[in-house]
Amino acid sequence: MSEQLISENKTLFTPFNVIAGIIVIIGLVITFLRFTKGLGTVTNLSDTSPWGIWIGFDLMCGVALAAGGYTVSSACYVFGMKKYHAAVRPAILTAFLGYATVLVSLVYDVGRPVRLAMAYPFVVQQGTTSLLFEVGLCVMIYLSVLFLEFTPIPLEWLGLKKIRNIMIKLTMVLTIFGVVLSTLHQSSLGALFLIAPSKLHPLWYSPYIAVYFFVSSIIAGLSMVIFEGTLSHKAFHGKMDKTYLEEHDPLVLQFGKAASLVLAGYFSIKIIGIAADNNWHLLVTPYGLWFLVELLGFVALPCFLYAIGARDKNLKLIRFTAGWTVFGIVLNRLNVSLIAFNWQKPLSERYIPSLMEIGLSVFMVTALIIAFKFIATNMPVFHEHPDYKETH
Amino acid sequence: MEHTFYTLQEFMLHTESVTYIILAIILLGVLGFWLFLTEYDD
Amino acid sequence: MSISRRKFLGWMGAAGATATVGKSAKAASNKHFTGYPEGLGVLHDITACVGCRECEAACNKVNELPEPDKPFKDTSVLDQKRSATTKAYTVVNKYDAPSKAKAPVFRKMQCNHCLEPACASVCFVAAFSKQPAGPVVYDPTVCVGCRYCMIACPFEIPTYEYDDPFTPEVKKCTMCAPRIANGQLPGCVEACPKEALIFGKRDNLLKIAKEKIRKHPDRYIDHVYGEHEMGGTSWLYISGVPFNEVGMREDLGVTPAPSLTSGALHVVPMIVGLWPVFLAGMYGMTKRREKIAVEEKKKAVSHALEKANSEAEEKLALALEKANQDKEKALKQAQQEKEKAVKEALASTAETKPAKEDS
Repeated sequence: MSEQLISENKTLFTPFNVIAGIIVIIGLVITFLRFTKGLGTVTNLSDTSPWGIWIGFDLMCGVALAAGGYTVSSACYVFGMKKYHAAVRPAILTAFLGYATVLVSLVYDVGRPVRLAMAYPFVVQQGTTSLLFEVGLCVMIYLSVLFLEFTPIPLEWLGLKKIRNIMIKLTMVLTIFGVVLSTLHQSSLGALFLIAPSKLHPLWYSPYIAVYFFVSSIIAGLSMVIFEGTLSHKAFHGKMDKTYLEEHDPLVLQFGKAASLVLAGYFSIKIIGIAADNNWHLLVTPYGLWFLVELLGFVALPCFLYAIGARDKNLKLIRFTAGWTVFGIVLNRLNVSLIAFNWQKPLSERYIPSLMEIGLSVFMVTALIIAFKFIATNMPVFHEHPDYKETH
Repeated sequence: MEHTFYTLQEFMLHTESVTYIILAIILLGVLGFWLFLTEYDD
Repeated sequence: MSISRRKFLGWMGAAGATATVGKSAKAASNKHFTGYPEGLGVLHDITACVGCRECEAACNKVNELPEPDKPFKDTSVLDQKRSATTKAYTVVNKYDAPSKAKAPVFRKMQCNHCLEPACASVCFVAAFSKQPAGPVVYDPTVCVGCRYCMIACPFEIPTYEYDDPFTPEVKKCTMCAPRIANGQLPGCVEACPKEALIFGKRDNLLKIAKEKIRKHPDRYIDHVYGEHEMGGTSWLYISGVPFNEVGMREDLGVTPAPSLTSGALHVVPMIVGLWPVFLAGMYGMTKRREKIAVEEKKKAVSHALEKANSEAEEKLALALEKANQDKEKALKQAQQEKEKAVKEALASTAETKPAKEDS
């Protein structure tokens, strides 16, 4: 008995668990403060900076980085890359958890979360001229689609063959719905800022901003699948079946190549954007240099690195570039929503996140990782059939 | 009796609301049409 | 104060008399939108403002807002640049305008009540609406608290009750919509002792503003702020110094807020309509390609089988023939050998006979 206890304690207090535990405790404290004392106590939000990192990071980046779901499922089911079937499940899981996290973050961020939960914009009064209406509607439906796309796993598990087969038959329709909904809300997240030309720096404000957000979400999706696959490899290697492992390396190569191609297109249309607004002269201002850091360092460079990696079949380089690109997408979303927003204001009037805001964002990411870890450990994500679980 | 809209906002609120209703019909219709189109496929 | 009220009533009468004429002239076509024809507004003559803060006090009173830290008589607060808050819907600021170095310039700020409000355009519960009478009003009973209105407002007017954990609301000037509905003046207009605020039909206010500028070109900059800014606002401003010197942005453009997002909104139905067609087409092509691939594979396999079969048959036939030939050859050989053996046997018997006889 005592021996068992000790061994259990040993497995419980891993460095990951200890750090995650501390973060969760801090997160719960912030949660308590947020819902009892209000946004003012917890955040540095102001009347001129009404959106902070809970929108700029949790929502904007969360949705972009969850794009792997529609990217992989459409590549596999619509564009005929059936070879990469094994990557679909982890991508769908990541997307589902990502969107769920986004929704939870919104519950923290909006002033009247109960009304959000009661779907006021869709049930009580419809503000159809708002792009946020469209984003909300699409995210809500897409979350349901992701859920349906994920149901074959529990259904297989429970042995409900009939329903499972119906769900599998629906895969195509669900995938197409997923792509339509993702196209809409990924682009509309960028279009949210179309209303504020006087606040967002002209280099980031563009009539093409919706297209930029959509195209970069594909890049984010492809890169996240590689990046997340690399991390999962380290954590869940034992859980992965032969199919997944065999398909993984060619997938990394192919996705790296695809990401390089899309990045090249993205780079081109970003240049077109500067020309369309005649913003060349702004490139030599401090904000212009920062824009160039993003454009050259996190679009052109990863495009080139991915290309080298794909040419030389250098998986290590592709994996590194995937991480780099993911960081670049995060940087872009933060630039649009926070860094280049209110750019004309002096630093003293600018928004800088409070420690508690950062704490809660870290808490959200940690909660997502814990949920992913739990599901990937206990459910058939990286191997095909739960029935064959024992054989692995 | 065409309703007169005095502001673009009011006009768009009307047209967008109608659009969203049509979109819901389109999405359901597409599903039905797809099933109709491919009914006899193997 | 009384003058402006009398004037106001007079304008209201004039507005009523010209209402029918105005309507026919503005027969809206749903192509070009010019705002509600009877819309009211306020003209703020910045040159007349003396920074007495009477408007702030009146606003506080009629909206039943909490008492401020410093009394409204205290003009020392003017030394700081302030903006509207959840507890003060209007504030007056003092500016040392470079083009008028002698004396400070005072400017009142509050919600400008846009003809095409950005806040209304972006609100996903349509909590904001432009009333035909002019005010842009907010409905707190539907507000979810996303604060997109505050992102959208080019004048940075809406404020939020961040410190209220349970029922926070957006707060902003209402142009005293309830008072206007009662035939009363907005609180600030009624309180202004200097006629720096004039209330009336927006169309008339525009005429008055332009007339003032025409009459006193030395006193005013030749621009009515709010006539076209962001598609026009119900509050109008005339000033003796450039507007950017009194903290008003001149780079907002004249595009009405809904036009900024209409393009993106109009792409939505196109995506919903055409994306499934494209994707289903891609899927069909993929499926067809797979089918062809499978068929070709089948064909190749059967062809290979056939080939193998026929080859085997040929070989078999050849082998059989060869076997037959061999058989015949063997038979022939056997026959020959047999004949030879018989011959030899016969010969040997013949030879032995005489030998026997010899011995």
